[in-house]
Amino acid sequence: MEFGPIWRAMLRNKGGFLLIALQIAVTMTIMVNAIAIIQERSRNIARPSGLDEANTFTLVSVSFAEDADIRSLVEEDLDVLRNVPGVRSATASNSLPLLQSGWSEGVTLEPGEGKSDSSTAIYFSDEHTVETFAVDLVEGTNFMPNQVDWVNHEVNDWPPVVIVSRALAEDLFPDETGSYVGKTFYVDDDDPVNIIGVVERLQAPWQGWSGLERAMLVPRKQDWDYTRYIVRTEPGYRDELMAEIEDMLVKSNPDRIIEAVQTMDDVRKLAYLGDAAMISILTFIVTLLTAITGLGIVGLASFNVSRRTRQIGIRRALGASRASIVRHFMVENLLVSVIGIIAGGLLAVALNMFLVEAFALEPLAWYVIPSAMFVLLTVGQVAVAGPARRASNVSPAIATRSV
Amino acid sequence: MFAYYLKLGLLSIRANPALSSLMVAAVAIGIGACMTIVTVRHVMSDNPIAHKNDVLYHVQVDNWNPADPYEDPDLPPEQMTYLDARALYDAGEAFRQTTSYKTSRIVQPDGEDARPFTLDVRATTSDFFPMFDVPFAYGAGWDHASDRNEERVVVLSRELNEKLYGGENPVGRMLTVNGEPYRISGVLAEWTPVPKFYDLNNNPYGAPEQLYLPFSHAVANKFSRSGNTSCWKPVEDGGFEAFLASECIWIQMWIELGDASQKQDYMRFLDAYVEEQKQLGRFPRPLNNRLHTPAEWLEYQEVVDDTVGILLSLAILFLVVCLLNTIGLLLAKVMRRAKDISLRRALGASKATLFAQYIVEAGMIGTAGGLLGIAMTWLGLRGIEHLFIEYDFIEHLVRMDWSMVLLAVFLAVLSALGAALYPTWRACNITPASQLRIQ
Repeated sequence: MEFGPIWRAMLRNKGGFLLIALQIAVTMTIMVNAIAIIQERSRNIARPSGLDEANTFTLVSVSFAEDADIRSLVEEDLDVLRNVPGVRSATASNSLPLLQSGWSEGVTLEPGEGKSDSSTAIYFSDEHTVETFAVDLVEGTNFMPNQVDWVNHEVNDWPPVVIVSRALAEDLFPDETGSYVGKTFYVDDDDPVNIIGVVERLQAPWQGWSGLERAMLVPRKQDWDYTRYIVRTEPGYRDELMAEIEDMLVKSNPDRIIEAVQTMDDVRKLAYLGDAAMISILTFIVTLLTAITGLGIVGLASFNVSRRTRQIGIRRALGASRASIVRHFMVENLLVSVIGIIAGGLLAVALNMFLVEAFALEPLAWYVIPSAMFVLLTVGQVAVAGPARRASNVSPAIATRSV
Repeated sequence: MFAYYLKLGLLSIRANPALSSLMVAAVAIGIGACMTIVTVRHVMSDNPIAHKNDVLYHVQVDNWNPADPYEDPDLPPEQMTYLDARALYDAGEAFRQTTSYKTSRIVQPDGEDARPFTLDVRATTSDFFPMFDVPFAYGAGWDHASDRNEERVVVLSRELNEKLYGGENPVGRMLTVNGEPYRISGVLAEWTPVPKFYDLNNNPYGAPEQLYLPFSHAVANKFSRSGNTSCWKPVEDGGFEAFLASECIWIQMWIELGDASQKQDYMRFLDAYVEEQKQLGRFPRPLNNRLHTPAEWLEYQEVVDDTVGILLSLAILFLVVCLLNTIGLLLAKVMRRAKDISLRRALGASKATLFAQYIVEAGMIGTAGGLLGIAMTWLGLRGIEHLFIEYDFIEHLVRMDWSMVLLAVFLAVLSALGAALYPTWRACNITPASQLRIQ
């Protein structure tokens, strides 16, 4: 390969080549960081909530009659829901994973005021919640019907037993190697609660929360105007049952409103709307950017070919083969690209360090840099191929003409 | 001469249609990407009450846990307890004061078949409307007497009035809310402050509430809270009364002062209040009261999402790539014309003349790129709107105003001129007649 002469020829037009190298470097900086962010957001979206999302929907009942008997209304509703053919399980709760609004509590290992040892999302539950949420009870037992009690705005104490997510148990008792069942911790400073069950995974309602995996089921049914039902159907029945059940509940009682009827897919989509949009925007930017840089290389290479038509003709007349003319332009581009991607690698790491510092992003994975280098080298070679081929078609006879 | 350079520029642009369109497109796309993000950021970081920024203050007092600050490093809570909101409101030390919280109610429209529906409600005090310059289409807000008497009186948003009364004037009529009749005292004109500065705790980029009613009435009737509530100490037994007496924070408090000089006086008043409460065994933390202007409060709450900052950094780099691309292409163009240039120099054209000519040409490309860039920005904003289509409020965040249009053109021309500097400088330095030899 004739690197030497090609390199020396390039030094005659330093400005032009430096510009392309710089453009490749900045392109690579953006590409690498955009991909790192896309990866981070995709990982966020991929986290499972713990629910049987494909077969679950939720709706809210708001009562507005002055003297409504909420307890019998909720019992009746749940009875109706559970007896609809195709419904696998149904429960009433205050919230559910990914809903973005809910209840959290600080919890402590010792009773008394002070700093919390951990914090957790609270889901009001009954003996059906484990089945409805489709969570995997890996230790202990489910609630017994007689452990489930009513709660209203006048009650401020906590039930004696709870089921916790494994992440909450691990956070509270990091040194425990055996079972978490039977362990006690405190809610509201001094209300003791005893772990009777541990579920493998159950997310909190806030996807942006650092304690996302920490949640706790509390055997309480709410005697409030506002009740959220969660329904899990047999596979494939969700959509038809959702409409049917909404209709059924609306007709069953005129003194309440049925609203916020959503599939779990809707809930998830809303929760991750920002992440999904960010992925789309960045993908678009990276694609556009690569196209612009590619076109820029095509433009400049074409220009170089037409400016050097005479020289190419002379080389051909002196015996250079077509292949060696093509090779000249390919190697030229390769040299520029290599300078560009090396500078780009350094710039990309610098920008990533800035983003990690300023916006608490995750640091990028090492393999993104070599992958981006490879992509940009390929883009450069493909872009220069057309003009190079045109250069190889220059007739040796050009050399004899004076332009 | 300028007109002549314009003509020359146009000829030169026409001579290389592919190269010229690539340059215009690169500038336009770079400007479009940048301005899309800048526009969203401009809307999101706006201060909708800037004209009263020197007299409005958000009030914070620190009633939090002695062992653990509300937020590191030693920041006071963002909202207020009922105890403090009530005491400070009743003291009436400021020219105007308002305490408010977000709740939700059920409205029963008139008519047999009409279905009731729930809506977001702001429980607030009468000063809310004059303090925040809330515009009225019909009627007005309620008065202080209605606050004192916990009256059943409501103000409707424009949208709600449209839905319930088709936009007619309903002032004086009764609206059924959770089964009880409420007198309608006023209807707002269109009012969508972005961000919703008066309550940043509950989605700063959401729509304002559709119904407003007296805070005193809402509290007396135990209206539930639909916004954020935080407690550091368990609530005693005793239902809503116990909750009102608790250290839980859930209320937003704002004051209006006659002028900024009264801030010190109000601060002294707050300090004296907290000292007095300390005697009663509350406020275990050191004195940590804060008064923030709306601008400071928006800054303090960091309402603009980090994502916008990340995208802005990437969009600026994107513009840099587009400009490098343009510089490269302009340079190529100049080099191709090296012979013309050296001939013109040989015939007596000065460097300044050549500089003017090429800068005019670059300016034309910049202007074209800027104009196309506005279209690209518009497309970019529509794209973002589409990505967030499930989020109702997005239409208010993707609006372009004239300042953004002008900024787009300015940025485009500036970019193109900046990009033209190096190639033009190279052109001016082509020695006369150097290219005229037969090679």
